[in-house]
Amino acid sequence: MDLLELRDITFRANGKYILNGLSLTVRYNEVHALLGTNGTGKSTLAYLIMGCSGYKPSSGEILFEGKKINELTLYERAKLGICLAWQEPVRFEGISVRDYISVHNKDIDPAPFLELVGLHPELYLDREVDKTLSGGERKRIELASVLALNPKLAILDEPDSGIDMLSTDDIIRVIEMFKKSGSSVLLITHREEIALISDRASQLCGGRIFYSGEPERVAEMFKSRRCLICDGEVCKDERD
Amino acid sequence: MKEIDELISYTGKTGFEPSVLSDSETAHLVIKAHRVLSYRETEGVKMEARESPDGVELLLSIKEGWKIKKPIHLCFGLLHRRGTQRIKLKALLEKGSSAKFIAHCIFPNAEEVTHIMDADIRVGQDAMMMYSETHYHGVSSGAVVKPKAVVKAERNSRYYTEFNLRDGLVGDLELDYQVLAEEESIVELTAKVFGHKRDQIKIKEGITLKGMNARGLIKTRVALEGNAQAEVIGITEGMAEGARGHVDCMEVVKDNATARAIPVVRVTHPKAKVTHEAAIGSIDRKQLETLMAHGLSPEEAVDTIVKGILR
Ligand SMILES: Nc1ncnc2c1ncn2[C@@H]1O[C@H](COP(=O)(O)OP(=O)(O)O)[C@@H](O)[C@H]1O
Ligand SMILES: [Mg+2]
Repeated sequence: MDLLELRDITFRANGKYILNGLSLTVRYNEVHALLGTNGTGKSTLAYLIMGCSGYKPSSGEILFEGKKINELTLYERAKLGICLAWQEPVRFEGISVRDYISVHNKDIDPAPFLELVGLHPELYLDREVDKTLSGGERKRIELASVLALNPKLAILDEPDSGIDMLSTDDIIRVIEMFKKSGSSVLLITHREEIALISDRASQLCGGRIFYSGEPERVAEMFKSRRCLICDGEVCKDERD
Repeated sequence: MKEIDELISYTGKTGFEPSVLSDSETAHLVIKAHRVLSYRETEGVKMEARESPDGVELLLSIKEGWKIKKPIHLCFGLLHRRGTQRIKLKALLEKGSSAKFIAHCIFPNAEEVTHIMDADIRVGQDAMMMYSETHYHGVSSGAVVKPKAVVKAERNSRYYTEFNLRDGLVGDLELDYQVLAEEESIVELTAKVFGHKRDQIKIKEGITLKGMNARGLIKTRVALEGNAQAEVIGITEGMAEGARGHVDCMEVVKDNATARAIPVVRVTHPKAKVTHEAAIGSIDRKQLETLMAHGLSPEEAVDTIVKGILR
């Protein structure tokens, strides 16, 4: 049994297929990279797994540890051990970084998690998770908070994108920490060099998984793709 | 129980630390209904009080050049279920002085209680005044509270005020603060109120940036649930070169609550600039989902967001 299994997922919004017959598995303690160009539906897939409002598969099954979770609320899925770090994390007024990282458990010491994402605790613990943080700082804090949560499945939506993004080394360090603590990671990215640090990778294209397997192979295929923006047309006839 | 102890027993709600009453270096003033129960002047701090049938007339002054280190504690309370308390306050911070006031306004048993504060405040040249007040109006929605202040912030002065009502019910609140900001002065007005049930909240704050380079900020945070209603009016007027003003109002609503925000910006000098932002709506869905993804229940998530906004 795999930790997460998506079976033949279809998601339609405004009459348009965004995901169409998507199947994917994430194994226990696996770092699984999901590669895809802008607009292929990577974030949509993340919202479907997390159970965000407005994101219910039109058809298909989401299984977590063998149980179907399609009907569970976001909160119930979080309780099962699923967590999502949004591509653009939201800001909160009046909540300190300290309180944010330990929001689920007041006894946690947030400092080591900040250090892991490259932020000095003494400079950040008492700041607020509000709009005074840069995009990169906010994303780092989000990663720290997900690490502190120790989820079974961490969905990281493009932790490597943004203006002052984390370096590849930073990302590797964070991912290793997830692995060490027993989490699985669904690492969403559109940079093939990031995919290379995964155990397994999948390429999302035309609303389906185009290929799953060796990260090197997937990165290679992704690099040589012929579409810059996904329209589901170019690779339609190539997939298996 | 001594009267003052009885009053103090409620002040935990507003964060009052009773030990300040016995500290000889901390000025304080405790008024219950229309009587002064306790007060202490310290060096540089002068107080005069005159009791009237339904309230107290007060004169507070900070002497020229005195920087008062320890906050001055003021406590206005009415423990009866019915009654009226009228406070007439005249405060003067003389040239170059500075002081921080912490006021506690407590009407814990209010069923039909009216509290009227009429303040006339002058912050002299180069002086600095911080006035932070926290209210507790009990849980029966029976308070009618009307804090009113007319403030003059003179040349190069600082005037910061914070109004907090986050615990218990509000009742009927009509806040009206008007500040005239002269040259190089800085004025910040903050109000944070949590309304429930049938609470009625009216907040009107105005800053007239009359002098060159005067700066003003009006910040309002209101959370509403049940059938509470709020109207927030923030008025900033820029009348001189270099004057800068900003109005920042955020209201979050749940249930059947309704909120209005009316930011008014007026500029009568070409080199003045006033900006505003107002956000009214239900609690942000992405904020909720983010906290739930972190394991908070929907109720805990709402609570955390609202507490943050009102902090
Ligand atoms: N709720 C929605 N309603 C309509 N269109 C949507 C919705 N969510 C996503 N889309 C569209 O689906 C496509 C995929 O978006 P997204 O998942 O954000 O892609 P990615 O994260 O891979 O860049 C985009 O064309 C986007 O505009
Ligand atoms: Mg995306």
